[in-house]
Amino acid sequence: MSKKPSQRRQSKPDIGVLGWLARHLQAVISALGRLLRNPFSTLMTTAVIGIAIALPSGLVLFIDNVRQVSDDWQGVLNLSLFLDPVVTDQQAAQLSERIARHPEIASVRLVTKQQAMQEFRQLSGFGQALDLLEDNPLPAVILVQPTSAHNIEQLTKRLQSRQEVELAQIDLQWLQRFDAITRIAERSVFILSGLLGIAVLLVVGNTVRLEIQNRYREIEIIKLVGGTNAFIRRPFLYEGVWYGLFGALIALGLVVTALSMLQEPVQALAGLYQSDFSLAWVNPNILMSILLGGPALGLSGAWVEVNHQLRKMDPQN
Amino acid sequence: MIHFDNVAKRYPTGKESLTGIDFNLEEGEMAFLTGHSGAGKSTLLRLIGLLERATRGQVWVNGRNLNRLYGRDIPYHRREVGMIFQDHRLLHDRTVFDNIALPLIIAGAGRKEIRRRVRAALDKVNLLNKEKSQPISLSGGEQQRVGIARALVSKPPVLLADEPTGNLDPYLSQEIMHLFTQFNQVGVTILIATHDIDLIRTLGQRIIHLREGQIQYDVKKATP
Repeated sequence: MSKKPSQRRQSKPDIGVLGWLARHLQAVISALGRLLRNPFSTLMTTAVIGIAIALPSGLVLFIDNVRQVSDDWQGVLNLSLFLDPVVTDQQAAQLSERIARHPEIASVRLVTKQQAMQEFRQLSGFGQALDLLEDNPLPAVILVQPTSAHNIEQLTKRLQSRQEVELAQIDLQWLQRFDAITRIAERSVFILSGLLGIAVLLVVGNTVRLEIQNRYREIEIIKLVGGTNAFIRRPFLYEGVWYGLFGALIALGLVVTALSMLQEPVQALAGLYQSDFSLAWVNPNILMSILLGGPALGLSGAWVEVNHQLRKMDPQN
Repeated sequence: MIHFDNVAKRYPTGKESLTGIDFNLEEGEMAFLTGHSGAGKSTLLRLIGLLERATRGQVWVNGRNLNRLYGRDIPYHRREVGMIFQDHRLLHDRTVFDNIALPLIIAGAGRKEIRRRVRAALDKVNLLNKEKSQPISLSGGEQQRVGIARALVSKPPVLLADEPTGNLDPYLSQEIMHLFTQFNQVGVTILIATHDIDLIRTLGQRIIHLREGQIQYDVKKATP
């Protein structure tokens, strides 16, 4: 009676690594068994989890693809050299030949004043009105395609410094806008992922709470005969992991299905732009995020809920 | 083995279940806890099993002050205190064998050891031929014996029973009490709550009588 509690505290029984493994394996299998015994409700829960995971994953993939398209466009960045109006078409032709010999330049295309006028006439529809003009006000333009997009700014500066060139312009602005838009989209997906991740936690937590309520008697009895919280928690945690894993697999299925449904129209669209672009499939990064993220979310949701419920079962004063 | 020092228990509803309980139960002693329903018998047992905590005073079991036992220590305390209830508290989706094996599984015993000790416990309560039955198919007396076997299987030094014969006829009740006396003879400390005064008078054991949350009398040897 006078002994201190610490002296009297029994050591945990040493069950060894094999025993430990056996207990966990047993919990893994029995949790799976319980899920499969109620296939309908399990399917409902995992479908909700699957959709919640599929949505952000699909959007991440979509943005990945858009990025890829814009990267492709980086390679076809053009420079437009607007020549001084006093430069004759002949001079312009000579200049463009000289520029084309430069190793940094892949190709050039000269649009002479006359060609520019013709193009404008066709596209603008002013037709007759333009005949009234005495001079051709349009400058000649040399469209330059550099071999790489890397030194494009420097190249522009160098070309700008030529006397014949009035203005050298990179067709970059729209690309920067496009980049800004994708960044907004990425951030939105990030926020959405967070929210839907919380939704998965709540779904698993709620499911586990119902399961705990159903098995309240059993848990009570296990506690009566000395079951530790870890022992009681284990099957529920594995249940959470299974829910997360099944949800992840469903999400993967949904994403792959959506991709294959989009492939044909996307290719048709790309075809219109003379591109052979096609949607990238699920890459290893996303695959791993889904397959690890799902179970991790399931585990966390179950953990929070089981601990909450177990704390309520502690003896009260 | 069990020591109560000025213990009171008040429920959140305001009901005073126990008011100032002092008693001592030696190692290997056996006692009956009597009194009307509502006298505080169940509460007293629940404090020993740490299903509840005392509002005031100190409860010592097997050298441990229960006031100082928290969270992760509670399960290990309960493994040393076998508990038996009037409603048996069996799991009806498991066989008799699995019910009795539960404390051993929780403690992480090996397969062979579980088999051996469950058989031994079944033998003690005379149910060896029922190990594969479902509890629901057994009679009340048999179910109670399964409950007793489960409480005994991990050989706890203390055994608590709350109205173990509450639903049984006099003959079966006597049989159950006889079982407890046998366990006590091999050194288990036993405390049994019951209102069956006629039955326990014949057993000649210590009787602690509760009335309105207090000990009204405590007789060392009840005279038949």
